[in-house]
Amino acid sequence: MSDFSELMRPSTEGDRMETCVLSGTGMHFPWLQKYLNSVLTERKKEKAFAQTTTECLSLMQQALLKHQWQQAAGYMHSYLQVLEDWDVIKRQAAPEIIWKLGSEILFYHPKSSVETFNTFADRMKNIGVMNYLKISLQHALYLLHHGMLEDASRNLHQAETWRYGDKSSSQEVLINLVQAYKGLLQYYTWSKKKMELSQLDEEDYAYNTASQSMLNHSWKTSINLCALIQIPGVWDPFVKSYVEMLDFYGDRDGAREVLTNYAYDDKFPSNPNAHVYLYNFLKKEKAPREKLISVLKILYQIVPSHKLMFEFYRLLRKSEKEEDQKLGLEVLFGVLDFAGCTRNITAWKYLAKHLRQTLAGNRLAWIQELWDSRKNWWPNFHFSFFWAKSDWKEEKTLACEKALVAGILLGKGCRYFRYISKQDHQVLKKKMKRMKKSVKKFSIVKP
Amino acid sequence: MDLEEAKELKERCTQCAAVSWGVTDEGKYYCTSCHNVTERSKEVVDTAAIPNTKIQAISRGLKRKRKLEKGWDWYVCEGFQLILCQQVEALKTLGVGPELKNDVLHSFWKRYLQKSKQAYCKNPIRTRRRKTTALEDTPSHSDWDSEPELISDFICSSFAESEAESQPDLHTQKPFPIIKAPNSGIAYTCSGSLDGVEYSQRKEKGIVKMTVPRTLAFCYLSLLWQREAITLSDLLRFVEEGHIPYINTFEHFPEEMKLYGRDKLIFAIESWPIYEDIYKNTIELATFLDLPRFPDITKDCYLHPDILCMKYLMEVNLPDEMHNLTCQVVKMTGIGEADFLTFDPIAKKAKTVKYDVQAIAIIIVVLKLLFLLNDNLEWSLSDIAEKYNEKNKKDKPWFDFRKWYQVMKKSIDEKKQKWEEARAKYLWKSEKPLYLSSYNRPVVYKRREVVVNLQKQFSTLIDSTPVAEKQNPSSFQFNWTEENPNRTCFHGHSLQGILKKKGQSLTTMNSLYWLSTQKFCKSHCKHVTTYEESYFSQSYQFVISLFSFLLRIKTSSLHEEVSLIEKRIFKAKYNQSKKKPSKKKIRKVK
Repeated sequence: MSDFSELMRPSTEGDRMETCVLSGTGMHFPWLQKYLNSVLTERKKEKAFAQTTTECLSLMQQALLKHQWQQAAGYMHSYLQVLEDWDVIKRQAAPEIIWKLGSEILFYHPKSSVETFNTFADRMKNIGVMNYLKISLQHALYLLHHGMLEDASRNLHQAETWRYGDKSSSQEVLINLVQAYKGLLQYYTWSKKKMELSQLDEEDYAYNTASQSMLNHSWKTSINLCALIQIPGVWDPFVKSYVEMLDFYGDRDGAREVLTNYAYDDKFPSNPNAHVYLYNFLKKEKAPREKLISVLKILYQIVPSHKLMFEFYRLLRKSEKEEDQKLGLEVLFGVLDFAGCTRNITAWKYLAKHLRQTLAGNRLAWIQELWDSRKNWWPNFHFSFFWAKSDWKEEKTLACEKALVAGILLGKGCRYFRYISKQDHQVLKKKMKRMKKSVKKFSIVKP
Repeated sequence: MDLEEAKELKERCTQCAAVSWGVTDEGKYYCTSCHNVTERSKEVVDTAAIPNTKIQAISRGLKRKRKLEKGWDWYVCEGFQLILCQQVEALKTLGVGPELKNDVLHSFWKRYLQKSKQAYCKNPIRTRRRKTTALEDTPSHSDWDSEPELISDFICSSFAESEAESQPDLHTQKPFPIIKAPNSGIAYTCSGSLDGVEYSQRKEKGIVKMTVPRTLAFCYLSLLWQREAITLSDLLRFVEEGHIPYINTFEHFPEEMKLYGRDKLIFAIESWPIYEDIYKNTIELATFLDLPRFPDITKDCYLHPDILCMKYLMEVNLPDEMHNLTCQVVKMTGIGEADFLTFDPIAKKAKTVKYDVQAIAIIIVVLKLLFLLNDNLEWSLSDIAEKYNEKNKKDKPWFDFRKWYQVMKKSIDEKKQKWEEARAKYLWKSEKPLYLSSYNRPVVYKRREVVVNLQKQFSTLIDSTPVAEKQNPSSFQFNWTEENPNRTCFHGHSLQGILKKKGQSLTTMNSLYWLSTQKFCKSHCKHVTTYEESYFSQSYQFVISLFSFLLRIKTSSLHEEVSLIEKRIFKAKYNQSKKKPSKKKIRKVK
């Protein structure tokens, strides 16, 4: 109780509160004051003007959801008055809302055109300082969508050179993004030129000029792109095109560095594509197997069901190390944990083979370890009677592989194995026999 | 000199329609009467004359700039007076007699100025204050002694000239008497009016300060005095429909009356008038003005419950025969008496009847008497009526509550939706933006320009079907006809089947009744009862919400009024304190 009364007392010095927290004698609710304030302000009667704008906004959103663009435009017409709100907070929040909903309306409205959109964007850019870059960027994307590459590029250029005192420094990321998009556009022209070049003969006199202009282009582009990809974030298209250009001009070390940094820097958010790019690059370079395995290991931890996992598995199989063999088994189990892979015949084939070999090599513990966490749900997930019937009906080889695995893991008595082994099939006769034999020999469940 | 320069331009000004143009120093045309600068510029013909004109322009330009910033000297109370003038003119076009303006409102306003010591008294507030400041700054203050007369002269002339009133631009034609303020630059920098700052700081006990909502209280008081056929809810609805100026009234002030700074807080309004607020203000104002007893409300007055009930029965499409019952309730409860109905501000506890709400409450009580509204009886009575109507197609049809509900529900939902849409789309901001300080001014004007431009852009994208033209003002919101099945008219339907003969008289088939409020709140809080929707039957909820939407009042205040009427009818039951009031009740109908 005493703690609470202390809390209610208005605290004047912040450090008192801090010691309070540190000593552990009291609690500190930083949100409480905020909450109390909001209670006080909510009691104030809301003006009809505020009601009008809130109501208008919600009706406009409803109209947008129903794709009633004309009605939405009507509501926007009156919602615009929020820009003249006497309430500073609302007035400052308004431009973003107006821009987002307004651009949506203008994008879909039958009577709208690129010109209308351009005027709208230009007007909105200049309301308040903080929106200029964001709107410029989205405006450029709109133009791209309409195939107006040159206009988009001009727009980005304008945004790039925009400065507004110290406000511009706080928006550095946005400026970088603007530059990067410009770079992406330049990359587009570059790759078009690359195409043209590939059709030209090296002896042709035009070849030189073309390659020269390409070189110019790539230089500008890389400057635009490299600033952004230093900043932590997910920049897949930018990184990809940057690397492609570096690679084209033979700067393999540079490209590798960029990709390694993109994949391994802790400050960047975890991004499977970063590892995929790095792996593909290294594969093309014919890097040593260990290197490739280490890259895919991380990808395996992020996305165990990635389609590169089979490649990973094959790499692991080729390795002589024991732990890699064990990891291989883990990878297969991991892939089959996902509902999307239940019918993947490669996975089952690999698993059946690997299980047999592991057991032949007296590594029962490995399997037991992996099976323990799955024995509760795999029987229903993979080896139900329903699956047995449908698998047999649709893909007999798959059913056979699965039955083998089921027999090994669950013993002869399991429904899946029993159902499949009872089936009679001319072509698969030999296979079935082998399957039954393997099960008898290797099943981890002893009768 | 300016006029000579710009004689070649014969167009009318877009702002004030005058044809008198001058040329600014940039060579653009501007209107000499309202200072509106156009985009058109004067073509220079004689190049030799340029050096000279430039010098002229510079010297002129400076002068003009000062002129633009400073308009006439005016007082806050004059602003309110202009609003009242606009409102009363609007009332006149609605058909109210001219005496309302010339006699009633004029004398009320005069009395207000006197009571609040602003004019018509020996030592008006303003003069006292001014004298002290003037004494400090300039030794000569002799101009100030004559001020009160000047003001009152103007007020009288503005109100009493009934011939000139027919001209809409009376105020622009008749300039205000300019009162010189030698030290206005020092003391009143933050408002366009002379006393804006002082006015908003003034907090004297016992003085009811003028606000924009109170102008409506003034209008209602004068309407009540004249016993005009406009109730308070009608008045507020006319405001809402734009027939009576209320929001952004300052737009129509003469161009030379500059508003900014404190004036914004006094004159700009961003809320709809609320029934309860205006009602409270009316009583407050009448008490403050110390008005005598108002003219009696007798049986032939529009505000008498018998007549209002008839009106609302027609409005909500209920059978005319119900009027008989409402009259009986009025008689029983004694609320038709002139003493009860007439407003008497000097009486011990000043209280005026909410005529419209009360009439509606009576109708609800009658509905409860007839149909009980317990989500059961009304439907079984409807079944009977439906069967009868099917069999006897030629007779006068019996009133079918279910059918009425269906028709009303549909119409009211449509109306409500339209109303909500209109509210959500209402444009509040004035063409003439108000700013708080001169520093703020360009920003505010820029913002206005941005909004106007954006609005222009979106207005081309709006559905091209023309927006329903401004409705003509009417006391009725609905129109019922026999032809349209969606608008079936129930006025002629009979109450047979709901009433039965008992000896010589008729009684209601239904002999039960339930009270909207069992126990009234006796504490000192303002409300006497509360309305918790979920406690009540669906049909009662419907009826309450239907009527409260008609009057644009809160459901709870209508519920309260119903309870108060019931309290009068069932006085005996309520007096048996503690004992649960018996539910049985039989009423006789002659």
